[in-house]
Amino acid sequence: MSEQKIIEIEVLRYLPESDQAPHSEIYKVPFTDDMSVLQGAQYIKDNFDGSLTFRWSCRMAICGSCGMMINGVPKLSCETFIRDYYPNRITIEALANFPIEKDLVVDLSSFIEKLEAIQPYIIPKEPRTVEQGEYIQSPAQFAEYIQYTSCINCTLCYAACPQVGLNQNFLGPAVIALAHRYNMDSRDGGQDQRMELLASMDGVYNCSAVGYCSEVCPKHVDPGNAVNVNKINAAKDYFLRFLSPKGGSK
Amino acid sequence: MEIYKADVVIVGGGGAGLRAAIAVAESDPSLKIALVSKVYPMRSHTVAAEGGAAGVKRPDDSFDYHFHDTVGGGDWLCEQDVVEYFVHQAPVELTRLEHWGCPWSRTPDGHVNVRPFGGMKIQRTWFAADKSGFHILHTLFQTSIKYPSIKRFDEYFCVDLLEEDGRVQGVVAIEMATGEFTMIEGKSVILATGGAGRVFRESTLGGIVTGDGMALAFRHGVALRDMEFVQYHPTCMPITGLLFTEACRGEGGYLVNKDGYRYLQDYGLGPLQDKPKNKYMELGPRDRLSQAFWYEQQKGRTIEHPVLGSVVHLDLRHLGEAYLHERLPLIYEMAETFMGIDPAKEPIPVRPGVHYTMGGVRVDGNCETSLPGLYAIGECASVGIHGANRLGSNSLTELLVFGKKAGDEAAARAKSTGPGNSASLLKQAQAAEQRVMALKTKTGGTERISTIRKEMVKSMEDGCGIYRVEDTMQATCDKLTQLRERFKNINLDDKSSVWNTDWLMAIELDYQLDVAQAMAHSAVNRKESRGAHQRLDGPDGAYTKRDDVNFLKHSDAYYVPGSAPRITYGDVKITKSPPAARVYGAAGEKADQERKESHV
Repeated sequence: MSEQKIIEIEVLRYLPESDQAPHSEIYKVPFTDDMSVLQGAQYIKDNFDGSLTFRWSCRMAICGSCGMMINGVPKLSCETFIRDYYPNRITIEALANFPIEKDLVVDLSSFIEKLEAIQPYIIPKEPRTVEQGEYIQSPAQFAEYIQYTSCINCTLCYAACPQVGLNQNFLGPAVIALAHRYNMDSRDGGQDQRMELLASMDGVYNCSAVGYCSEVCPKHVDPGNAVNVNKINAAKDYFLRFLSPKGGSK
Repeated sequence: MEIYKADVVIVGGGGAGLRAAIAVAESDPSLKIALVSKVYPMRSHTVAAEGGAAGVKRPDDSFDYHFHDTVGGGDWLCEQDVVEYFVHQAPVELTRLEHWGCPWSRTPDGHVNVRPFGGMKIQRTWFAADKSGFHILHTLFQTSIKYPSIKRFDEYFCVDLLEEDGRVQGVVAIEMATGEFTMIEGKSVILATGGAGRVFRESTLGGIVTGDGMALAFRHGVALRDMEFVQYHPTCMPITGLLFTEACRGEGGYLVNKDGYRYLQDYGLGPLQDKPKNKYMELGPRDRLSQAFWYEQQKGRTIEHPVLGSVVHLDLRHLGEAYLHERLPLIYEMAETFMGIDPAKEPIPVRPGVHYTMGGVRVDGNCETSLPGLYAIGECASVGIHGANRLGSNSLTELLVFGKKAGDEAAARAKSTGPGNSASLLKQAQAAEQRVMALKTKTGGTERISTIRKEMVKSMEDGCGIYRVEDTMQATCDKLTQLRERFKNINLDDKSSVWNTDWLMAIELDYQLDVAQAMAHSAVNRKESRGAHQRLDGPDGAYTKRDDVNFLKHSDAYYVPGSAPRITYGDVKITKSPPAARVYGAAGEKADQERKESHV
């Protein structure tokens, strides 16, 4: 937090109605040490070019909107600070592994479809009425799943995942972590239903265990771990299906 | 123009909108629901709520206590019959959310835990660490996926409501990815678009909180009620305004001035307490705490930081690192990431910032507006539970209780109503399209929208801050009139169709200017001090006090095209709590005791 300096921000621009292909533009942005890369982009939009397009909202790393490649690394721009790059140039681009719609905005529809497909909701093991009150969950039961509830759907892990780049249908880290979150919840009894997709061609076996997804996760969800635990579960399920027609994940 | 025919249209995919969508789907799976949101639902600003959701849980608590805390906290400007319904439904809805998977924090024996919160007599705030809004929102979003009758229009931006024979009959929206217009017909429409706090400069709010639904209803003749009541949250990050939850104080944090003194004891909130005590000191209500900051600043007892400006310290050090990580992990991360401060080792500099609009679209206890078929819920609505000052953790519960209520009501309405005349609705929709397109295609303008926005937020902060006087409020009203004129002369850099956020932000600014005018004019007309509306003026300081003779009234702001809004006043529903002195700390405890004895 000190006097104003100038940083160069290079933005990979793509305006689909006028550009054949993405191109770079460089902006000289005055900044103070408390300014995030998101605020740098906002400065450009407010003062230089209102057509610069990016998603953002909460500014506090919880809404998951403002992910972008910052010097080649997927990051939330609201919690990445300009001061950490100065005096070098910052390069910002749309998240990798997604089609670009315009500038820094990518098409997330495939991610949303995958998220919907894994049934990310409680399929009650033992249904309960409101009059019966809450389910009881011991600290140990709570600890089984709580970490995997922290995913903010920012999709940085998809931009990091080499396998998503190779197979666009791969469910991917965040969605598998979400399935795992419900599978591990003591209130839920839907693991068998979710296992079909997890163990499918587009499921956990696509993962080559690089672990970059967990490295870039801003919320320490460790999706890589969720994926790998489910490789074991899916394998067990596969073999147990020979013995029991209902599958063996329980 | 694309046309979609729904039964119920919901505008806004945050906590309230999602809860309403689920209610409609559960009440009748054959009803077609269109859920329209300008962001993917899990980006909605419910996500940023931290502290928790209020609902009676402990055996030593009661609905009556929750009722009295809420009505007193709102400085008696609450609709008491609505508050009664709210407190009774609160635990039902919070339990239902538990069944849907919300990871509420628990006691060691596995039950849902509750924490203390400001202005609440007994701890009754259900919480999921300090990410309660995040977990509520994701639980609702994920649960909504279960219902095939909910069709989402993600990243569709609503630009107008459609009316026929004096009732609402649908909406017009822009598909953001293409810039194409869609008409979505509906027999009932629920607005769930959130607050309007981004009309102020320093706020806790996300960029999307621009009062869209308020402006849409306002322009269709619906009153915006109690808009002068804007909540300043006492503990925000300076400059950015990012929020440090009230749970910091609920868990035992202190507020201290430059002398290390817990100054709240000087403002009717004492005596000093070592441990958090409900309704004392740091657990006083938000309006009083923000006002105390203002006085400390006047007295020269705030800390003057060269970059951050005037601040006080939120001291969490005595809670210890392990406890902070368990109960306030997000706060810990934010202090470290955004301020370079380890809250276990250093106090956090904070100051008040705009956080919540108590007022909103006027609705009755069934969440219906004066325009038949149009409902409003959540922060965009004024259903009457917050009065002049909202108690922290009542608003997350409000999303659930009234989301459910509005969903049920809108479903019943849709079933008893026929479809509109599509041809005439399409004409209206096309007129709306032309009007909105003109903003983008017009040439020759000279104003940048970012300039007008900056001047608006500065003026709102100057005139409608924590303490208010006639001159500066009037100056803000005048400034807004000028900005309205200058808005006609805007020029956009981006004239394209795909993802034109320059254009969408211009439409938002248009909404914001309307809402800001409603706020400023409601404020200058209320010649008293109540809750979050505090004045320093009047003959012999007459406006510095609450005036129940003239102003135990709701304000209603009505849209007047091309002019300042018209302000009228309506009655407040009082059932069992007549207005009394609003006292906290030891004085509050004494007043509680006297009330109890007078009832015996």
